[in-house]
Amino acid sequence: MSDVAAQPAPNLLAKGWVKSGLIVAALVVAAIVGARLDPSGTIHAIFVDPFNQMAQAPDLLVQTIWEGLVSGVLYALIALGFVLIFKASGVFNFAQGIMVVFAALTLVGLYEKGVPAFIAVILTLGVMFVLAATIERVVLRPLVNQPDIILFMATFGITYFLIGFGESVFGGNPKQMITEQLFLPKGAIDLKMLGGIVSLQKIDIAAAIIASLMIAVLGLFFQYTRIGRALRAVADSHKAALSVGISLNQIWVIVWFTAGIVALITGIMWGARSDVSFALEIVALKALPVLILGGFTSIPGAIVGGLIIGIGEKLGEFYWGPLIGGGIESWLAYFIALGFLLFRPQGLFGDKIIERI
Amino acid sequence: MNAHSTDIAGDPVTQKGEALLSVENVSLRFGGVKAITDVSFDIRKGEIRAIIGPNGAGKTSMLNCINGFYHPQDGRITYKGVRRTRVRPHQAAAAGIARTFQNVALFKGMSTLDNIMTGRTLKMRKGFFWQALRHGPAMAEEIEHRKVVEDIIDFLEIQHIRKLPVGKLPYGLQKRVELGRALAMEPELLLLDEPMAGMNLEEKEDMCRFILDMNNQFGTTIALIEHDIGVVMDLSDRVVVLEYGRKIADGTPGEVKTDQRVIDAYLGVAH
Repeated sequence: MSDVAAQPAPNLLAKGWVKSGLIVAALVVAAIVGARLDPSGTIHAIFVDPFNQMAQAPDLLVQTIWEGLVSGVLYALIALGFVLIFKASGVFNFAQGIMVVFAALTLVGLYEKGVPAFIAVILTLGVMFVLAATIERVVLRPLVNQPDIILFMATFGITYFLIGFGESVFGGNPKQMITEQLFLPKGAIDLKMLGGIVSLQKIDIAAAIIASLMIAVLGLFFQYTRIGRALRAVADSHKAALSVGISLNQIWVIVWFTAGIVALITGIMWGARSDVSFALEIVALKALPVLILGGFTSIPGAIVGGLIIGIGEKLGEFYWGPLIGGGIESWLAYFIALGFLLFRPQGLFGDKIIERI
Repeated sequence: MNAHSTDIAGDPVTQKGEALLSVENVSLRFGGVKAITDVSFDIRKGEIRAIIGPNGAGKTSMLNCINGFYHPQDGRITYKGVRRTRVRPHQAAAAGIARTFQNVALFKGMSTLDNIMTGRTLKMRKGFFWQALRHGPAMAEEIEHRKVVEDIIDFLEIQHIRKLPVGKLPYGLQKRVELGRALAMEPELLLLDEPMAGMNLEEKEDMCRFILDMNNQFGTTIALIEHDIGVVMDLSDRVVVLEYGRKIADGTPGEVKTDQRVIDAYLGVAH
């Protein structure tokens, strides 16, 4: 008898699915009980009404999801820039957002100085390369083997340097992206579907296609080439990479340059949807919740995380926003990420940290 | 193993006489800690040179100085007649020095094949542009190097794990993959840091066989750190013994085994 008593009760809560199942069940029960006790209809408005609206106007739902998808793709692009650098050098590059602005500003600025559009693109790539090489030489190399927080702070320095430098060279005024000169399409396609009209901006379609292509090309490059292999090697182990003759300095330049290319494309696409200004940098911070969702080390994670955040915040804004007076798009992403941290601190695809003690 | 010993004895001394690498009066300090003090020895072309000594004797630090992870404060390291005391690791690799690590340092997320392919990094020279296209000369080059890597995989008898991510392999196999990666560099000097640590008898015998074959077939000069004295005596042509960062003996296994200072270092001295 005493044996049975001594055995600890099995801890059902330790299993993830039991825990989430219980939480879902509790929410459902709360909703049902709440609906009965809810004369003012608040709970109805939160848990029932939005879904009614979605079912009644599916074309609006599709439109909202499309909008979310497009901004999601752009978030994913910014997050991709972070992931590239984080994987290869372990640095969380706070300057990625400003690199997007800087690249777009350089492109537009050069065009305004009279350089033909496509030559301006090539020159901007050149500028991004010089930037990568300079950062490697002036910032990363002297700080090698310093604690991560030092390198992180150094990227803050890069951020403010680029803001000041960009403003003094190109001025602080918002600029128009040169979409037409780069042969990016304008206007919209209206699709008749689900009893209504869904309107797709052509530039958004182009952005989605270009972003997907670039992610695919990067993936292939990483998987199958010598330099791609070297990049993955550096991400895995610095000392082993050094011992087979991979130069860390060279790899860092390549990685920062790649992040610069990603930044330029993001800048063009985002600039085409609004305009090119330093306000873009705030948008770039949306990559943080994307990274928390996707995991800091995973490229597929950056993409999926970007899409979840993009679609989630558009749906939230459109269907739940009016309940509290709108404007929730600016913080909903961080809220989703916080909720996520409770259950999967390592992100959807991140490496789970298991330490032997 | 016996066959090998006679083989060495039969070799003309001149072939192995030339020093590939020489270490002269090297000292290495970390702040106040003296890791290596005034150590000199040389590694001759084609030999298997063992570095032994109790824990903390400075053996790994010595290897780190040779391949450029550490830069000694004093002394000279000459490799192939060129003084390269302050060499950087990737330059050492380019000059033909490969190594393995005490605690296996592999690219855990990558497959065995990819890990060994990284060893070919310095041999692949086609430009960024062709690689981005993955076409033309870069493709031909990739195939050519893949062939070398497949040969190495056959040599090390690890065909069955070619496509597996190395992080999931048992320790003994990981050590073998790491050896394969070093071998893929076609090194002239191979530094092995405790290649048999943590292995069972069978795995040790396999590893010994690979080391001897590399030395015999490819003429690779090998410097190895090992704690298993039996293995060291069987494998190596010459042994250098370190204790507390100083050299206490240097010579053939037979000479070293009977050296009083070595016996004291390993067995302790009655005071």
